[in-house]
Amino acid sequence: MKYLCLVYYDEKKMQQLTQQEWDNLNQECMGCVEDLTQGGYFLDGAPLLSTDTATTLRMRDNKPLITDGPFAETKEQLAGFYMLEARDMNEAIRLAEKIPPARYGCVEIRPVRDLMAQDNLR
Amino acid sequence: MNTTSLKQRIEAIYRDESRRVLATLIRLLHGNFDLAEESLQDAFMAALSQWQQDGIPDNPRAWLVSTGRFKAIDRLRKRTRQDNHLEELALTLESEMQSQPLVEDETIEDDRLRLIFTCCHPSLSMEGRVALTLREVCGLTTEAVAAAFLLPVPTLAQRIVRTKSKIRDAGIPYEVPSPELMPERLEAVLPVIYLVFNEGYSASSGAQLTQRDLSAEAIRLGRLLQALLPNGEVTGLLALMLLHDARRGGRTTASGDLIPLEEQDRTLWNRAQIREGCDLVIQALRAGPPGVYTLQAAIAAVHAEASSTEETDWAEITGLYDVLLRINPSPIVALNRAAAIAMRDGPEAGLQAMDNLTEHKELRRYHLLYAARADLLRRLDQTQEAIQCYQQALELVQQEPERRFLQQRLNTLQKNS
Repeated sequence: MKYLCLVYYDEKKMQQLTQQEWDNLNQECMGCVEDLTQGGYFLDGAPLLSTDTATTLRMRDNKPLITDGPFAETKEQLAGFYMLEARDMNEAIRLAEKIPPARYGCVEIRPVRDLMAQDNLR
Repeated sequence: MNTTSLKQRIEAIYRDESRRVLATLIRLLHGNFDLAEESLQDAFMAALSQWQQDGIPDNPRAWLVSTGRFKAIDRLRKRTRQDNHLEELALTLESEMQSQPLVEDETIEDDRLRLIFTCCHPSLSMEGRVALTLREVCGLTTEAVAAAFLLPVPTLAQRIVRTKSKIRDAGIPYEVPSPELMPERLEAVLPVIYLVFNEGYSASSGAQLTQRDLSAEAIRLGRLLQALLPNGEVTGLLALMLLHDARRGGRTTASGDLIPLEEQDRTLWNRAQIREGCDLVIQALRAGPPGVYTLQAAIAAVHAEASSTEETDWAEITGLYDVLLRINPSPIVALNRAAAIAMRDGPEAGLQAMDNLTEHKELRRYHLLYAARADLLRRLDQTQEAIQCYQQALELVQQEPERRFLQQRLNTLQKNS
């Protein structure tokens, strides 16, 4: 099964890390991706720039409505994602435990569904 | 054999075996809960007619598992016209039946554990875990579970459907966690059992204080888990439930009013059950560093073994609360510790320990904080302050017997002031 692991943390808290601490964390993430790739679990993934850079788009009446910032103000913000191939939820949890920013914020693990011509899961 | 006694024997087999057979069928049917339940019913229907002719087989459990598998394939075949997915499952099941026709008793016991860990997976909501465990592991009907939790049947049925869907859609596996994951996964299972017990021991709201059935069910579940998985905290939880339950006979009057611990007639406590609980506490303490359930059970054991509150070893209890607070720094544990200090060192020391606790957001709306303070103030003859605290407690209390108890205490104070 495919699982999308969404990484969240409090951006303000992460801003307080020194450049050295921040770089160390990023190096850890690179190592994590390497391990996941070697195990055959890593399908895709990327870190995101901070929510300051976000733009939110809504299409209403065929017209784009564009606003700044993320669509909702939350305590923790989406910071990146890992798309993993895992046998089941238990394996996905075990893999997600290794994602370094999980120590600061949280990782939401979501099973991916297939797009189908009909009988789509809800 | 006449029909009545055969039917009775089959009913007895259903009681003893149906949960085991179900747990194994769920595994053999690739985690398909609904299909397993239907096939289980089919297998028992088949047993009713076939055993009447041929007699009860030597190993009814194996017979039921095997018949359930066949019935599942039958059911899938009837439905496959609409669904390729089911067609595939039916083919897989058929080939598996040929390659592994027999199911060992040992794997059947493992299946019961698989069922418990799946129903109590941490990815499921607590209320979903409770409902599904009572339904699948304990075999209670949806109606019975709904009644026990004072919920409409459709609400509970919906909750069970949603929980099963999540197991299927999120890929929650049907497995016993590996030894290194066991402690963290037990953390998802044990609160489910304890919640069921407490719901039975003191319903969270409403007039009915004890719903014996739920407590008995939780103890049964605790015994089952302890037999399958003799781990320190599992043993500790079973001990805790047995020790609390042993005091049931003394904690309320015939009319359902609460009796505080110091006024309980301890001859009404169930001595045999207390002995069993205390033995289990010793067993749990020997298993390694004690967890939260073992420590609470040890505290309950000290209470249970004392002949009165005066004779209770409050120093021991305070010490146990110290350890408990260290591994579980919750304000409620801190409140209980403060109450124990009051018994060890006097009401003033207890009040002092409680003073810092009003800061906790969690406790500010907790009626027992005010009830505990009120009781200590009453002992110190600070009547006006005590009255005030009882009034605050009464504003927050939800359970009817507790409300009556607090009201009674307040009335006595107001009469004498």
